[in-house]
Amino acid sequence: MSDLKKIKDNFFSKLNQNLGLSEINQIKSDLFGKNGLISSQFKKIGSINESERKKFASELNILKDELQDLIDSKINDIKKDEINRKLEKEKIDVTLPERSFVRGKIHPVSQTIDEISAIFSEIGFSIEEGPDIENEYNNFTALNTPDNHPARDMHDTFYLDKKKEKLLRTHTSPVQIRTMLKDNPPFKIIAPGRTYRSDSDQTHSPMFHQVEGLHIDKNINMGDLKGCLNYFIKEFFEVEKIKMRFRPSHFPFTEPSAEVDIGYEIKDGKIVIGEGDKWLEILGCGMVHPKVLKNVNVDPLKYQGYAFGIGIDRLAMLKYGINDLRSFFECDYRWLSHFGFDPLDVPTNYRGLSR
Amino acid sequence: MKITFDWLKEHLQTKNSENQLLNKLTDIGLEVEGVENTFSSLEKFVVAKILKTEKHPNADRLKVCDVDIGERKMVKVVCGAKNAADGLITIYAPPESIIPKNKIKLSVTEIRGVTSYGMLCSESELNLSDESDGICELNQKLFKNKIGKKYFDKKNRSNLIDLSITPNRPDCLGVRGIARDLATAGFGKLKINKNDKISSKSKQKISVKIRKEKNQGCLSFGSCLVTNVKNIESPKWLKDKLISVGQKPISAIVDITNYVMLDLNRPLHAYDADKIKKGIVVRNSKKGESFKALDNKEYHLQEGMCVISDDAGVLGLGGIIGGTRSGTEFDTKNVLIESAYFEPRSIRRTSKKLNIDTDAKFRFERGIDPLSIKEGLIKAASLIKKICGGEISKIDIQKIHNYQEKIIKFEIKLFEKITGFKISIKEILKILIDLGFKTKLSKNFLKLSVPSWRPDIEQPIDIVEELVRIHGYDKIKKIDPVKKRSKPTLNKTQRLFHFLQRSIASKGFQEAITWSFTNSKINNLFKSSMKDIEIVNPISSDLNVLRNSIFSNLIIYLNKNLDRGIKDLSLFEIGPVFYGSNPGDQETVIGGLRSGKVSRLSWIDKEREVDIFDVKKDVIQTLEEIGYSKSKIFVDTKTPNYYHPGKSGRIFLNKENKEKVAAYFGEIHPNILKEIDIKTEALVGFEIFLENLKRPKKLLKDQKTKYQVSDFQKSERDFAFIINKNFESQQLIQIISEIDKDLIKDVNIFDTYEGENIPIDKKSIALNVTIQSMNKTLNDEDLEKINKLIINTVETKTGAKIRS
Repeated sequence: MSDLKKIKDNFFSKLNQNLGLSEINQIKSDLFGKNGLISSQFKKIGSINESERKKFASELNILKDELQDLIDSKINDIKKDEINRKLEKEKIDVTLPERSFVRGKIHPVSQTIDEISAIFSEIGFSIEEGPDIENEYNNFTALNTPDNHPARDMHDTFYLDKKKEKLLRTHTSPVQIRTMLKDNPPFKIIAPGRTYRSDSDQTHSPMFHQVEGLHIDKNINMGDLKGCLNYFIKEFFEVEKIKMRFRPSHFPFTEPSAEVDIGYEIKDGKIVIGEGDKWLEILGCGMVHPKVLKNVNVDPLKYQGYAFGIGIDRLAMLKYGINDLRSFFECDYRWLSHFGFDPLDVPTNYRGLSR
Repeated sequence: MKITFDWLKEHLQTKNSENQLLNKLTDIGLEVEGVENTFSSLEKFVVAKILKTEKHPNADRLKVCDVDIGERKMVKVVCGAKNAADGLITIYAPPESIIPKNKIKLSVTEIRGVTSYGMLCSESELNLSDESDGICELNQKLFKNKIGKKYFDKKNRSNLIDLSITPNRPDCLGVRGIARDLATAGFGKLKINKNDKISSKSKQKISVKIRKEKNQGCLSFGSCLVTNVKNIESPKWLKDKLISVGQKPISAIVDITNYVMLDLNRPLHAYDADKIKKGIVVRNSKKGESFKALDNKEYHLQEGMCVISDDAGVLGLGGIIGGTRSGTEFDTKNVLIESAYFEPRSIRRTSKKLNIDTDAKFRFERGIDPLSIKEGLIKAASLIKKICGGEISKIDIQKIHNYQEKIIKFEIKLFEKITGFKISIKEILKILIDLGFKTKLSKNFLKLSVPSWRPDIEQPIDIVEELVRIHGYDKIKKIDPVKKRSKPTLNKTQRLFHFLQRSIASKGFQEAITWSFTNSKINNLFKSSMKDIEIVNPISSDLNVLRNSIFSNLIIYLNKNLDRGIKDLSLFEIGPVFYGSNPGDQETVIGGLRSGKVSRLSWIDKEREVDIFDVKKDVIQTLEEIGYSKSKIFVDTKTPNYYHPGKSGRIFLNKENKEKVAAYFGEIHPNILKEIDIKTEALVGFEIFLENLKRPKKLLKDQKTKYQVSDFQKSERDFAFIINKNFESQQLIQIISEIDKDLIKDVNIFDTYEGENIPIDKKSIALNVTIQSMNKTLNDEDLEKINKLIINTVETKTGAKIRS
């Protein structure tokens, strides 16, 4: 047996015993120290005759690497064991609560406004706004509701002066007037916002939210109106099919006028939209009255189109299963936390409106 | 408007079911609000006979009656009516039945120790009349064989249908008008109105004059005198009819006028002719006149209200309400029936001023058929004659204005232009003719005469509505919207609004939406020098002004949550606050309030109260997120009086431009907490003024400077200065930052100290300065140089001393 083979067998078996760090270091110096066994073998290379020298040197190098690797891995193992033993003492109860955090929430009405905006954005509507305080002309007269019109009784108006010239807008329709007076046709806008009526019970609140829609161009007809609202309702409720019914009605500022009902049913005490044989009124709409167009200097012979008004709170209630309108404005922290939306949940078309 | 199918069938020949009717009504725009099954509740009431009455053993005024309720059944009923007597035939309500008047459900009850099975009813309790003195006394002859039979017969079986008639359709405030619409829509055939004719030779002897005055509200006044009548209770058919639509019968004459109104939408008024002094004058009222109306209220009139008067003064308000002085009674002998046309505008003005709402007013203000005067008079007079006897006079009609038929030139293609689909000319003509239009077709046009009962139809677009309404809204074909956007959806301000809203929410605030109006007492605490913006007709006295501050409501609701036991609150609202009562006198504010503690009862973090640096962080971080540079933001201490004077700040986006306040932050003034009785460990808040945040012209992506970072070694040096106590750290940071903008990358205060070892008017501020060059590694010499420069500059500019 050659010396190398002896060294190998001897030390491999030594190293495979259960050794401490100092023992291994001892072996290391026995082998690779100045006069270590391996070091001595290297010194021998020069004295070996030429024919065998190459082979010997190569074998020695291999042996050296093998031993070194083995020693390194042994040392590594021991160090790891040491750390592990140390960590075992550092064990803590990870089931203790994390550092506290608070979550902010977006109000369901705001979220619903953003959803509505996202849907109408897709079909080319932009967003307009108007002031909460309106004059009597924009809120009523320009909208073909003169002072002696009984339709005014349907709006229990808050007034800011005795002459009844300044009021809190009873609907978002005055934004139609402002928009059309400001620009030239075509118009394609929605206008969400606060609206006010002197009325308060389970289903009425003195302040509520509406979104107005207006699309005026050369050939916009009732088919476009129906298509637009059908699209909106389907997108908003995120259902494949929607049962929708147009019913003749009357608003002074549209002619013909319609109210729109959607089909629903109650399943397990919850409203399911789009199925069933019950009808729920959700919005009013119609073709903008020629008198209104004249009032804002738009030629009704050249331009025509539709307008609609939707109760935002109502939509939010239906979509998110909220029963009491008044709870929207009571600011109960628990309610806000329950029905509110994460601020990162921005309704978008590509990601879907709601999670 | 309340109707029954049975009544409708008097004008409409149809084999359709009630269910089909309900759908059809809604389809043509006569929305069904509700259907009430009045019969099922009345079905239980039976004719009964009192066999024997005895005094109640424990009550003097009560009787115990043995009542025969038919089918050989006898029950004991306790009754308090004086007229309850042996042999009386009356109406019995068994247990479980519901009394129409008060909607109370009966049950078997013990009354002072005697068990009573059901109740004997008065006419008033059954809504048959106002008679509440005693129980019903039915005619012995008519009812003796009907003991145990249902009192309310099949005529009442028809359900009560409640329609919501839109204000443009006065013609449908009468059953006939509804029938006409239904017939036009193919729901049966309209029966021809068989009008009675009056062939009287005697003149209407009471003179009637419409005074020609400015703004005369009465355009024509028709009248008919019926003499020698005997006013009685209405016959059963008439009573039943009125009851079936929820009206209360009063007397034959009044019931007849009501019946004609409901049937034909023709309001009438009946006068006791003998109480009219020297004829009728229709005129404008004079200031100070007054009269007592049939609702038993005294009305004081202003000038210019349309009144019906006689020699002795005002008889009634034309088209609104009659007076008690000339009202008909059971002893009325001669009746004058009025059938007039009053201008909607005048009716509305008067009724609004006096706050009166009557069925007649409701109809006249919407517009009554001006040509229905005669028809109404004939129908009413004939009925009175039939029921009350007497002689009918000729009809007298006074008028100051002749009705002019409205003509509309209708271009046929307008229908398709508006609705997007076509219908045949044949159908167009049929619909319009059935609705009562007179039509003349010429080429592409129709010349249409509008029926006198349709004041709402004025122009071609109204014709389109009639056609599409009757033809069916379901026939309108959907046109899918085009997904094309030519304008950005949101403008810059709107984008900022949305960003701010979500930015604040992401910092742990819950969004509240509160009223735009508030309690002036709370608002006063936050309005600074602004005037109250009062609501003339507030919904309640504690919601009487528009809010001048975003805090006015938010603090109320924060307090309500504190009352709920929630201590650590972060609430915000973004919305309008008002500074005047004109349109546009408003600005958008985002305001937040935080109360309580941070890390309350944490096993790991130290708990502390929320403080102004929490809200300052909220504001500064938000402003940075929007895109404003923190290094330019400038803070001073001028804040409104609702903040703690020493613990609040005002933020500007730029030191150079201090016109517009970007935000306030701080502790809410302790006095306010006391005033509103808020109990919390700490309350801090902020306001950001959206309109004061300057919207840069450039987009954020275009504002970014060139990307430049240094990879050379950076050094940090700490300094501590003893400085005047009221010297603002903001300024100190600025002074140091400006010493060498190329080298000084960051200045951070890591400690402030006042107290021991520091003079009483001084404080110590410790700063950490980061120094780094863009183009080399700084050596000791360089660093020493900048070190000295910092110390020297601070000492000379601020009077501070470096702490050794």
